[in-house]
Amino acid sequence: MYDFDWSSIPGALPILASGALITLKITATAIVVGILWGTLLAVARMSGRSWLAWPAAAYVNLFRSVPLVMVILWFYLIVPQLLRRGLDIPASYDIRMASGLVAFALFESAYYSEIIRAGIQSVSKGQVSAALALGMTGGQAMRLVVLPQAFRNMVPLLLTQAIILFQDTSLVYVIGLADFFGSAYKVGDRDGRLVELLLFAGFLYFLACFGASVLVRRLQRRVAA
Amino acid sequence: MIRFRDVSKWYGSFQVLDACNLEVNKGEVVVVCGPSGSGKSTLIKCANGLEPFQKGELTVDGISVGARGTNLPKLRARVGMVFQHFELFPHMSIRDNLALAQVKVLGRGRDEAVAKGLKLLDRVGLAAQAGKFPGQLSGGQQQRVAIARALAMDPICMLFDEPTSALDPEMINEVLEVMVELAREGMTMMCVTHEMGFAQKVAHRVVFMDQGRIVEDAPKAEFFGTPRSERAQLFLSKILHHV
Ligand SMILES: Nc1ncnc2c1ncn2[C@@H]1O[C@H](COP(=O)(O)OP(=O)(O)OP(=O)(O)O)[C@@H](O)[C@H]1O
Ligand SMILES: [Mg+2]
Repeated sequence: MYDFDWSSIPGALPILASGALITLKITATAIVVGILWGTLLAVARMSGRSWLAWPAAAYVNLFRSVPLVMVILWFYLIVPQLLRRGLDIPASYDIRMASGLVAFALFESAYYSEIIRAGIQSVSKGQVSAALALGMTGGQAMRLVVLPQAFRNMVPLLLTQAIILFQDTSLVYVIGLADFFGSAYKVGDRDGRLVELLLFAGFLYFLACFGASVLVRRLQRRVAA
Repeated sequence: MIRFRDVSKWYGSFQVLDACNLEVNKGEVVVVCGPSGSGKSTLIKCANGLEPFQKGELTVDGISVGARGTNLPKLRARVGMVFQHFELFPHMSIRDNLALAQVKVLGRGRDEAVAKGLKLLDRVGLAAQAGKFPGQLSGGQQQRVAIARALAMDPICMLFDEPTSALDPEMINEVLEVMVELAREGMTMMCVTHEMGFAQKVAHRVVFMDQGRIVEDAPKAEFFGTPRSERAQLFLSKILHHV
């Protein structure tokens, strides 16, 4: 029988907290950029102009067809090289956080854009006709009439995607970035208490995500009502 | 005011409108009727450029709707339209539904737009509902708001596409009353409707469509007295008996 020893956890809390901060930073950035860039991609795909729609569709399909962990590695290995060459960044600069943020933001945009596209399609064509008939331009109809309704319908799905994203940030361990999971792993490895720390971290992930999904479900019922 | 000259439209190889000629003069009320699928909605949506057409000429207040250089949003802002399913914006209060396009399209100040909206809301008998959302109103009330919303733009003419056909029977009259009043004030109106009571009250002319063609276009008395085409007679006998 394995002997659990939780004594190294209290001392690990500050490190875990700074890891959690990185997790939250990546999650928040990816949500904000993902929704903005994802909206642009969705609108481009539905614009009916092939020179806009085609690149947007290619982007979305590309990112949805490769594993996230590979995208994270690509951005870590390739992008910094390009940036260094272009921007003259000193070699000592830690590029991991920046490349992690960019990878997540661009990757999640592809998923968000599909959710947003479905949301836009859920608004009836009659609403667009009514907006146009009042003299609005296509852009105004989208901004003032379609998107507000689309986002209201989409809130539960967007939040569900955010919960998935929150868990997926743990993948940044492949580039040695110490997010919440990464810090737990590091401390556990250092103290020889890996099992306890990973159980503890897993428990906190569970609390956060399960709690959030209960909230989403409640919200869903409110939106449906 | 609205003039169709040999307007034709195709969906792929299917011809929806076949050389339609129609004129709605200033101050005139023209009722368009015809069987389902005959192209009435398509015809009326061409009038403000919501549907493009491939052949012919269509002008509103002398401005060509089909021409490439025409500023359609600007033209549409002057042409009111009322839809079968009301199409109020469900995420906004009634007050904001009435003010939105006035502010964003005509550039009116918000206070002015709200005041104008409330005045028109009062006119359709719904002044007390300004703070509510569309989902809280009955169908008849929503359609009256939709008419007020169109009127808030000070339109030069109004288009109606079956404004009462999605309503429960007991709500049809409250909407028709608003339309009758509008007609009596001299508004230029093109109305797709099967409400022949409304046509008999205020229409100047009645147009009958079938399979994309305007089969009959006659002054009201003549149309209800002795329609020339057999199709129109058959159609009339059906809907008049139905009512
Ligand atoms: N987007 C479209 N693509 C192909 N065919 C269409 C499209 N929209 C309408 N049609 C066809 O065009 C014809 C005319 O349609 P329209 O909606 O104008 O008829 P309507 O007279 O308004 O009928 P209703 O009384 O049912 O409203 C119908 O046969 C319809 O099936
Ligand atoms: Mg129709």
